[in-house]
Formats: sequence, C-alpha cells, structure tokens
Amino acid sequence: MSGPLGAGASVTALPAAGPSAAGTGATANGREPLIVIEHLVKYYPILGGLLRRKIGDVKAVDDVSFEIYRGEVFGLVGESGCGKSTLGKTLLRLQPPTSGRATIGGEDIFSKQGKELKRLRRRMQIIFQDPIGSLNPRMPISDIIGEGLLAQADAENGWKDRRIRDKRVEDYLEAVGLRRDYTRRYPHEFSGGQRQRIGIARALALDPEFVVCDEPVSALDVSIQSQILNLLLDLRREFNLTYLFIAHNLSVVQYISDRVGVMYLGKIVELGDVGALYTQPRHPYTIALLSAVPDPDPRVRKKRIVLKGDVPSPAAPPPGCRFHTRCWLRERLGNPENCVTEEPPLRDVGPGHRVACHWAEAVPEDVVAAAVPAVPPPPTGPGVSPVPGSGSSAALGAAASGGSGSGSTATGAEAP
Amino acid sequence: MSSSAPSLSLGRRRGGRAVEARVSRGLWADALRRLVRNRPALVGLALVAVFVVAALAAPVVAPYGPYERAGGQLEPPSPAHLFGTDLLGRDVFSRVLYGAQISLQVGVVAVLLALLTGGIIGALAGGFGGWVDAALMRLTDVLLAIPGILLAIGIVAWLGRGMPQLMLAIAVTYTPIFARLLRGSLLALREVDYVVAARSIGASPLRILTRHMLPNAVTPLIVQATLVLATAIIDIAGLGFLGLGPPDPRTPEWGTMLVDARRFLQTAPHIVFFVGGAIVVSAIGFNLLGDGLRESLDPRLKR
Repeated sequence: MSGPLGAGASVTALPAAGPSAAGTGATANGREPLIVIEHLVKYYPILGGLLRRKIGDVKAVDDVSFEIYRGEVFGLVGESGCGKSTLGKTLLRLQPPTSGRATIGGEDIFSKQGKELKRLRRRMQIIFQDPIGSLNPRMPISDIIGEGLLAQADAENGWKDRRIRDKRVEDYLEAVGLRRDYTRRYPHEFSGGQRQRIGIARALALDPEFVVCDEPVSALDVSIQSQILNLLLDLRREFNLTYLFIAHNLSVVQYISDRVGVMYLGKIVELGDVGALYTQPRHPYTIALLSAVPDPDPRVRKKRIVLKGDVPSPAAPPPGCRFHTRCWLRERLGNPENCVTEEPPLRDVGPGHRVACHWAEAVPEDVVAAAVPAVPPPPTGPGVSPVPGSGSSAALGAAASGGSGSGSTATGAEAP
Repeated sequence: MSSSAPSLSLGRRRGGRAVEARVSRGLWADALRRLVRNRPALVGLALVAVFVVAALAAPVVAPYGPYERAGGQLEPPSPAHLFGTDLLGRDVFSRVLYGAQISLQVGVVAVLLALLTGGIIGALAGGFGGWVDAALMRLTDVLLAIPGILLAIGIVAWLGRGMPQLMLAIAVTYTPIFARLLRGSLLALREVDYVVAARSIGASPLRILTRHMLPNAVTPLIVQATLVLATAIIDIAGLGFLGLGPPDPRTPEWGTMLVDARRFLQTAPHIVFFVGGAIVVSAIGFNLLGDGLRESLDPRLKR
C-alpha cells in the first residue's frame, strides 16, 4: 500500500522495445477466463414505412468472440458508434442479444430469466460515462447505493434491514474515497468526480466479480480522470474485480488495461496484450489510431496516418473487410481483391495477439515505427500487475506517458 | 460563506467538513427558490392566490348572497356595490366571488380527473410499451383529433347539463394531453443511465417505474396541469356562455353571467367588464404561474 498504485508486486522495468512472449504468455496461460464471449451478435432493427415493418438492421455488434481473464482489465477501444457500449450492455443483459453465447465463470448469461437472472446480476455491474445522468436526482445517496442491496436482499445477507444496508452503503462510500456521512445528500450536491465515485460505489455494493466500465472517465476533467482511474485500479485489487474497460481514449486504455481489443464497425479487428498492441500493432486501423495519439515528448516525431472519409454506416457495412474503404495499407498494396470479397478472420499473429487482416504480415515496419515511436517508458512510471505476486509482470510498461505523474487517490480505505 | 476560505488550505477530507455545515437542500426547495426569483411567476402566483382566496372566502368576504336582491336594477359601480348590480338587482361583486368558487371547483376537479386518467394511460403506455402503448395511443389520437371545446359540448349535450357532467366533459378533453406527456417522458427516461443502472442492479420493473421513472416525469405534468387549469376556466365559462353550464340559470357561473349581461352591453357595460375581467385575470394568473413553474422545475435550465 506504499506506492500510488500499490506497486508492492514485482515491477519489471522492461523496455517497450521487447513485446516479449513472456508477458503475453502470462496472461494467456495458467489463468482462467471469467468471461467468454462466443459469436455475439447484436442487431437493431430499422423500422420503416406505414406498417413499421423491418427494413434493415443496424449491425452494432457483429460476430464478436473473445474472453476476459479473471483479474484483468480488458480495454475496448474504438470510435463512437463502433458498438463497444452495445457490446458491454448486451453482455450485462441490459439489451437482449440477437444471437451468440456468453458465460461468466462458466454460467450462461443469455439464457437466464426471472430469479436466476436477478441472481446473476449480482455478479456483474456497470459504471456509466455520464456522472449526471447516472444518478437519480430525486434519490438521496443512501437510496441510490442501497437500492441494489434492497433489490437483492435475501435471508442470507440480511440486506432487508435498513441498518445493515446503511452500514454497507457507508462502507462503500468510504471505499471510493467519500465521507461516510454523505448518505443523506442528493446527487446535485456533488461534483462530477464525486458523482462518478458514487456510481462506482453503487456498482460495487453488490460485490460483483465483473464490472463493465462504460467510458467512466470521458466526461471528467483531465485532473479528475487520473484520480478515478487509479481508484478503479485500487478497487480492482481490493475487491478482486475484473473490468471490461470501454473507452475511446487510447492513452487511458493503455494506462489501465492488461489486454486491449480494438473495435471497428461492430467487429474486433485487433486484440492483444497492451504492450504488444501498442508497440507492435498489426492492423492498419490500429496503426492509424495509434499514430494519432499525441506524444508529450517534443523530441518524438510521429508520422500521422490520416484516414480518409467517414466511418461507413453500420446499417450497410462494406463487404469483405469492413475497413477496406478507408485502408491505407490496401492502397499501398495495390488494392488486393480479397479485401473486398473475403471477410478476414481474427487470426493469431503472435502469442495472444490476434488480428483480422489478410495482409497483417505485409505491414511495413517503417510505417509502424514512424507511427508508434519506440520510446522507453519513463523510469518513474507505475507498473501495474494484475495479480500481485504472480511472478513475471503481465502488464508491460502500462504507464501512459501522460498520466505517469498522477498522484494517489483519496482512498486508502480498508476493505469493509 | 466566509468560513469556507480557510478550509481551502486543508486536505481533501477536511475540506468536506466545511461543506458539511450547509443544510442539504432538496430539489423542490431549489425549485421554489428559483420560482420566487422569477418576477412574472410571482405575479401569476399573486393572481392565483387572489383567485383561490376569493373562491374559498366567498361566503365571508362577499357583502351579499349570490341570489339576494341587494339593490336596484343594473346599478353602476358604487361603494355599496363595488361592481354594480345586475338586472335582478343582485350584487355583481358577490356573484363574481361565488363564481370563482364554481370555476375553481369544476376546474380543479376536472384537471385532477384528467391528470389521474391521463396519468394512468400514459404510465401504462410508457411503462409497458408494445401493443399496449400502440392501442392506448391510437385512442388518445382519436380524442386529440376532435377540437377540445367541441368534444366538451358533445359530452354535455349527450349526458345533459349538470356540474358532474361539466367536470367530466372538461376532464375528457384534457386527458389525452396528460397521457401523451407522461408517455413521452417515460419513453425518454427508459434509456437514461440511472434507469439502466436500476435494471442492472436487479430492481423490479414496478419499482423502477415508481421510484425512478415517475418521480422524474411528474414535473412536466405539474406544469401542464397549471396551464390546463387556465384553459379549463375559460372552457367552463365558454360552456356556460353557450347555455351548457349549470342547470340552474341563476347559478353565479361566470359564463352564464356573461351571457345574461350581454343584452345590456350598451346600458350596463360594467357587468360584462367585471365578469370578463375575472375570467381573464384568473386565466392569466395560471398561465404565468405555469410558465414560471416550467422554468424553475425544468432540470435542463438548472444553473
């Protein structure tokens, strides 16, 4: 508990140059997946005409498969509208899936109904983006955080009793760095950062294993962002949580994640350990995204790859590879035919590194090097180890260059 | 205010202590504070207060009874008869006060009835969705398609004249407005994060509707009810004017009084002036108050 991020675990100051297989192996092997998603599809029907008949589908999430290991932070990045939030909400049964399968600790998520579904909801919770819209303005904090306890009360936990509930609410307020006596206040009396902490307390009060963080810091000031990120990391350790962290800010995702998935138009185009993905990206889309991340080091000269045009409509995605309409690599290779005709599968290109591109091996190294300059991580950068004492550190140099100076959070609460 | 300055130097946690002393202010108190600062709303509030006090205190304040022959025929205003007298020598001021009683009674009962039935229809439609929603909304569409006053005339003509019929007629015309309004608010609230959060926490649909959605959907209803009260008062007078008011022609109902006084517009214009003025002033009062409430209650205009 000494360092800002509790860096008591072994921190390997590995240079970013080596996206070593050792690190990748540590996340993939010997660890059990908590969440397994298989061929998840979520279409929204487009109704039209006089009779409101279905005239098409918005393909928000289209055949996505991956797994999230217990204790890790899985970052999901992509432009707005690429389906990342929909993926998270469908996974939590907040939206019905169109097809596919998902399990949490082996338990099927999509088949549950009624009492079983309610019971399942305890295991997985969500933290929202908008700190204003996520709290009911007409409820005091005690009711907002205590609502889940009341809803999930049973003979075993005794949450039906107001005093037990209030005690637990106060415990969790403290755990997220707020005062215990804030319970009688209303949401509008708090700042954005405080409201976000209340939202986190609400999610954690049910003692979930898995939390979907749906852009939890995008609506906050930069100074507050790092506080909340560090709080989330602290809480993960304290309560043994697993996160699906959805964001569009690549630096934030790099800072907090162990593994990262990149989404484009409802599909995962690249997936891998944070170290590998940020230093050795293999998908032309990922490379373009990374080339746009500003680097605070003025000596670093980056070559931005500017994508042409707009994201195509998810109601009518392009055939073949969905990215082919904007792909710089395809242009360089002289517009190969299979990009348009064949959908690229998500295939392994390294240990735990998967890419959905026919031509991933043809990515010119000089372009990657120019877009993602290999700068050694700052020596003071905090290392994040998902499993304390797991030997070899899984997250390699996960310190975002921008967020390395961020101080500790106002937490320091013991587990209730 | 001044005490907060030194606490700035203290740490995060201590900083909270200075804030603690402040009284926690609820949303309603906040809204009231904004309402009091709004001048037109205050004027509206004053007019409404005059109207309500006049109605409630009519038996005490009125110098004469509503049916009492208090002076000569069609006397102009004088200290003895502030608003003059009518054809039968009745005191117009007293009759206007008792008329306020009738307008308030019929108006409030009718609007509450409309609010209740419209609210239930809207809650069912917005809460359940699907075919329930479709069926109920087509029904309200039918009602909305008929002009309000025409619908009221039809209902009174069908059920016969009388106070309950009058209330029912007004209530039916305004029910679809409340139904649509509540349904719209509920639909918008369905995807709001705190409702999604309640769902993800496992709260029951009934609890989500009653604790999360309805409390956050009532403010537009309150505003609309106030505004509808203004038009209801005009509608009541309108029905009375058309001879569809209370069955007893002697009843001091504003519309009935207006139509009686119309014949003497040349010789005794004061009756029409004061009765018409009472209708206008009360309607303006509720309108101003309604607009003020909208501004002070709407969370989007907050801060």
